[in-house]
Amino acid sequence: MRQLIFRIAISFAVGAAITGPAGAQTIAITGGKVYPVSGPPIEGGTVVIVNGKITAVGKNVAIPAGAQRIDATGKIVTPGFVNSSTQLGVQEVSQVSDTRDMSARGKDNIAAAFTIWDGLNPNSVMMAPARKEGITSFVVMPTGGLVAGQAALLDVVPGTTTDMIIRAPVAMIAEVGDPQLAGVNARGELIAKLRELLDDTRFFQTHRDAFDRAQTRPFVASRLDLQAMIPVIQGKLPLVVVVDRASDIDAAMRIAREFNLKVMIGGGAEGWMVADKLAAARIPVLTGAMNNIPHGFASLGERQENAGLLRKAGVEVALIGNAGGGDEEAFNVRNLKQEAGNAVAYGMTWDDALRAVTLAPAEIFGVADRVGSLQPGREGNVVVWSGDPFEFTTRVEHVFVRGHEYTDKTRQDLLMERYKALPGTHNNPPQ
Amino acid sequence: MRASFCFLLAGATACASAAPPTTTSSTPARDTAQIGAGLGGTSTPNADPFPSTYTPFPSRATVIRNVNILTAAGPMIRNGAILLQNGKIAAVGSTVNAPADALVIDGAGKYVTPGIIDDHSHLGVYAAPGVNALSDGNEATNPSTPYVWAEHSVWPQDPQFPRNLAGGVTTLQVLPGSANLIGGRSVVLKVVPGRTVQAMKFPGAKYGLKMACGENPKRVYQGRGPSTRMGNVAGYRSAWIGAESYRRKWDKWNADHKGDPPQRDLGNETLAEVLRGNILVHNHCYRADEMAQMIDIAHEFGYKIRSFHHGVEAYKIGDLLAKEGISASIWADWGSFKMEAIDAVKGNMALVDRAGARVIVHSDDPSGSQRLNQEAAKAMAAGAEIGLPVSEEQAIKWLTINPAWALGLDDRIGSLEPGKNADVVLWSGDPFSVYTRAEKVWVDGAMLYDRSDPSEQWRTDFEIGFVPFTRN
Repeated sequence: MRQLIFRIAISFAVGAAITGPAGAQTIAITGGKVYPVSGPPIEGGTVVIVNGKITAVGKNVAIPAGAQRIDATGKIVTPGFVNSSTQLGVQEVSQVSDTRDMSARGKDNIAAAFTIWDGLNPNSVMMAPARKEGITSFVVMPTGGLVAGQAALLDVVPGTTTDMIIRAPVAMIAEVGDPQLAGVNARGELIAKLRELLDDTRFFQTHRDAFDRAQTRPFVASRLDLQAMIPVIQGKLPLVVVVDRASDIDAAMRIAREFNLKVMIGGGAEGWMVADKLAAARIPVLTGAMNNIPHGFASLGERQENAGLLRKAGVEVALIGNAGGGDEEAFNVRNLKQEAGNAVAYGMTWDDALRAVTLAPAEIFGVADRVGSLQPGREGNVVVWSGDPFEFTTRVEHVFVRGHEYTDKTRQDLLMERYKALPGTHNNPPQ
Repeated sequence: MRASFCFLLAGATACASAAPPTTTSSTPARDTAQIGAGLGGTSTPNADPFPSTYTPFPSRATVIRNVNILTAAGPMIRNGAILLQNGKIAAVGSTVNAPADALVIDGAGKYVTPGIIDDHSHLGVYAAPGVNALSDGNEATNPSTPYVWAEHSVWPQDPQFPRNLAGGVTTLQVLPGSANLIGGRSVVLKVVPGRTVQAMKFPGAKYGLKMACGENPKRVYQGRGPSTRMGNVAGYRSAWIGAESYRRKWDKWNADHKGDPPQRDLGNETLAEVLRGNILVHNHCYRADEMAQMIDIAHEFGYKIRSFHHGVEAYKIGDLLAKEGISASIWADWGSFKMEAIDAVKGNMALVDRAGARVIVHSDDPSGSQRLNQEAAKAMAAGAEIGLPVSEEQAIKWLTINPAWALGLDDRIGSLEPGKNADVVLWSGDPFSVYTRAEKVWVDGAMLYDRSDPSEQWRTDFEIGFVPFTRN
């Protein structure tokens, strides 16, 4: 039996207290080419961080006395990157089931009450490599079934999950591209099942008393699942519809209109075919730029130009890893920058690609007041790059999350130190 | 957002495969000639029953001028020129003498490299779309299946082939999957359109034998065995004991032709050819300790391992690999998807290279295979970070001449030197930049891909109607 241990998950958008090691540090990053993303780039700009928050960004900014100065002359300064589709912290070794916590069993392929962050491991060894390469925030996203559960957006900071959370939930996830995964036989039946769930949620919302007296008809989902779906039918919590085929995207858009849902598309391989419609409906798309293989009959039109074409049509795009190789959602969350570079190679403007890994996901997930841009009041999530952030030769020179600079060695760094001189050492190298 | 193609197949263990055995005999430098015994087929009793029918596509003399050339055989030639003629590299240098009728391409700001070689592919055997009907990469019915040949599973209309070509890949080794201890024969293909797999087969290429260590076989055969790593090792050794006996019988009969020939056995024919040095061993193996054990097994039975594939822990034994002359076909940054992959490090390639072993950037993935240049670039950056910078001249070898060596084809492909096959890529810029794309690709001197001209872009039969014509 599935354990029903959902404590405060029912309340919408649990705001997290901001803690962590930020301390009372004051930092001034000077001289770099600063990309606030929320505004035009600033040559020779300064970013000031006080007590974990950005307090000033600009060309002629007064540097507070006693600030730690970081000389970024000749460097690029951007907001920390936001990876919008990860399993960071819920998948350590993907073939070891003990370390997999991203898919709920649910009831009849519906797991709306699944709050994935409650199983997140903040001590995952995947965190530091992601942060080291410029990822400072991530969405942890459930997967599997028709309704996979709720996603959260977190910062890559040490401490507890509570410390890390920027906002939870940020979205409900539904996978509507594959009838078999949803436990039905046909695409139309899948949509019918989703409609039934939304309809039941509506009824449940207005008939709670009758439900509690056991005077309602049976529902397609459990009490907690229905409860969790209420913010979705209220249009408060976005529904990420994971789908590839253009006709499935169209069906998702019909459902969204029917129930006044706030929808975004995840994956969206064939989104370019209906780009104008997505733009008109103001539906954002989470997609990648490194896949062009017709993996299945639902994604025959997959192409690397998808992200750029969607953006050109006016769709808000957040870039995610979707090359399909396997570990872009955990071990290689860090490769988001490669995705962005490829998006540029296949038609997206460089500025849009930067936006698609910073401010776009922050806006899509409703946390732009916290992360995704360099503006006063935002978290001190800042990366200093040696050059173009998307280029392979570029190094992350400094990475700040909530105003704290992280220089810790990753497990991989320590392994390499062990074996750099063979036969290697069996002792822990000094850190 | 998509469950990984590779990991969807994890139950059947398609991903991550094997390494090739080596031979002491030199490979013949001829491409289109009839294959002789021991060159690509079995030496006995029915060599090369599925001969290549490949013939080069029509080509014209072509000069690329004013272009940066990474030859994989020496320093970069800046603003140089290369002449492709009669399917071969005719000349390469700062200038070349070109015939009057040659097609002249200005390569200003661009780069030329040898065609990229992926020595770990499942194209055709795990074709797209990834439906069960096209899942032909693992004969997961027996832990040892040396009797299967990957070429008999290859679907030439797999739409992944033209995408690979557009990524600058001109030669592939297609391997069986890694479910089995001994998975069967690989096949070396040119990335060219063909009605049949025979029309894609690289003439004269040796076969490879796929072997697999570790978790995959013991997971797949949990019920019937092997269910442990010691069971795996017993399985390899038993197979080689049988093969050695088989080889002796046949070698004796081949020498004296006395009496009836021994009974043929498909699996042992392949294994005996490995023992004779005519088939190269490609061994899927992640962990350092297991690679060392596989090396001991190879010593016990007198064969050589040509390449360890995946080898996420190769950096722990780079010295051993160098000493044994075994190449490492590895990823830039995959890891942690299973226990035997948890010690993957981004510096693997740089560390193995520094130890003196041959590094090969492989894919085991139809998407990664299209941008092996980017994979190499990530590994170069990782090397620089740990104080082991890798030059572009060295990194191009990881993509071309080193895999050519692993396939026993380094005398024909893998570098831009006069006399070698004109497998050439013209890149829009530095091939190690994320923004660079292959613009034109030649196989044996014939331009088979031109990004600027849709009429020069290969479309498989499958794509007609099903897949929107959008590539450019």
